[in-house]
Amino acid sequence: MAFVVPKETYNGKVYEVEIGTGPRAVKIGGEATLPFLAFEGAVPNKPVIAYEIQDVPPEDWPQTIQEVYKDVSSDPAKWAKYCQDELGAQMIALRLIGTHPDRQNRSAEDAAKTVKDVLSAIDVPLIIMGSNNAEKDAQVLKSACDAASGKNCLIGKAQEANYKTVVASAMASGHKLIAMSDLDVNLAKQLNILITQMGFDKDKIVTDPMSSALGYGIEYTYSVMERIRSAALFQNDQTMAPPMVNDVGMYVWKVKETMAPEADQPAWGPVADRGIGWEATTAMGFLMAGSDLLIMRHPKAVETVRKMIDELV
Amino acid sequence: MLIIGERINVITKAQRQAMLDRDKGPIQEMAINQVKNGAGMLDINIGPAEDKGDELMDWIVKTVQEVAHVPLCLDTTNPVAMEAGLKAHDNSWGRAMINSASGEEERLNMMMPLAGKYNSLIIGLTLNKQGIPALAEDRCAIAAEIMGKAVECGVPMEDIYLDPLIMPVPFSQEKSLESIRAIRMFKELNDPPMKTVVGLSNISNGAPKTLRPLLNRVYTALLMYEGLDSAIIDPLEREMIEVIKTVDILMGKTLYAHSYLEM
Repeated sequence: MAFVVPKETYNGKVYEVEIGTGPRAVKIGGEATLPFLAFEGAVPNKPVIAYEIQDVPPEDWPQTIQEVYKDVSSDPAKWAKYCQDELGAQMIALRLIGTHPDRQNRSAEDAAKTVKDVLSAIDVPLIIMGSNNAEKDAQVLKSACDAASGKNCLIGKAQEANYKTVVASAMASGHKLIAMSDLDVNLAKQLNILITQMGFDKDKIVTDPMSSALGYGIEYTYSVMERIRSAALFQNDQTMAPPMVNDVGMYVWKVKETMAPEADQPAWGPVADRGIGWEATTAMGFLMAGSDLLIMRHPKAVETVRKMIDELV
Repeated sequence: MLIIGERINVITKAQRQAMLDRDKGPIQEMAINQVKNGAGMLDINIGPAEDKGDELMDWIVKTVQEVAHVPLCLDTTNPVAMEAGLKAHDNSWGRAMINSASGEEERLNMMMPLAGKYNSLIIGLTLNKQGIPALAEDRCAIAAEIMGKAVECGVPMEDIYLDPLIMPVPFSQEKSLESIRAIRMFKELNDPPMKTVVGLSNISNGAPKTLRPLLNRVYTALLMYEGLDSAIIDPLEREMIEVIKTVDILMGKTLYAHSYLEM
């Protein structure tokens, strides 16, 4: 008797979300199966990787990545264009970290100008993120949304503490939204419900389960992602059906393993290889849990992960 | 659990009049309202519809699906009207359900082939010419006959929804437990388990008006515990929907969130 591959059946599917405008707009999500099981259900879009840039020079990033961007990172528009043209980025993720009160405390107007400059330099889709200060983000993201009106950006992150203002801003200028909760599947569902109750379409949300780095709690993120995806696919829970995004770079490039020089840790080998490997491996873990969009920093890590995606999808 | 909305029904005066006048308004409004309140499927009961039943069914199926993007449960004893409904049904929102076949030979022979022909779901009432058997075991015997006929007509087991039939507790108190037992036993008739459905409100027929909703709700919870898959109920009864959503949460069928009642 011929071998028949056992197949799982699914009741639901992930929403497909389009980001950006024009010929380089990108669709994420839409899958009706668990990750990389295309023989069980449709996988209309491959996972996408966005290059992370920021509004101020990345002085707090480890040398390994500062080095890559040293000629462009003083100007966000140049930096974005470099990622698009030289590195082949499908998407750019702009983090307005300089607006944080404990950093440069840039104003909402400054942020809006940066957004405009970056948008005019690229034609791939843009993700715009605040500094993760809930109070300041409410103002900054409002200005950023206005400045990017009509560009169909992905705005983040709406959290329990500030979702009302962020949702209202994204809705008013026609953007998509990242909804992030603190590593808890029930809170993730609750936030999605609250956001849709404001009149925001549930198929315009992208869920951020809150990421973590390999060795620093990745298993928590992984299992929250698994539960979100199984609620969407097996229970057909539409509040859990948005695609998922992982903010990989910011968690990876601050752990000891990506920063400690070889002189201090001779057994660990060259620091650059280690950091790149750490970012790539963390991202791969999230892909296995169902990630649709990765925000990453090092081009070599991106290249490795993209190769994995191309081989598996 | 799948909620099948029962409010488009020839028995209620306003809906009957709208059906007679081919007046879309009240029917579409009732359809939208039920879906908004949690119905995943709508029962369309046009009764025996002896006069131009096919034309009425065709019209009402299209009328409802024009505004409500859910599958329909076609409820008539007239096989010609049933076929017209199946033909008119838009399957892009899910497959239609035939309401219903039973152990009565004539009805079974009429309805089951339609399910095969139109690839639709079908309700099997576990009664026969002698009526509703007192014991769950005997209802299982009728279920087996229905399942046998399904095999003959090429209808997969997972497309059959077995209905144990609910008897009013004021008149036959001992039967309420028997129907619960029947749900449990139906599940064991096949692997994967057979699907089940009930017309719920019969449990409280003949009870005082003030008691009926309570009887309906508690009975629903008991049936759901045994694995009931779907029920034909009034989705506009908010407290009933709340009980269903809560049981689904407690049984791990939906993911908990503080606002689970609002979804």
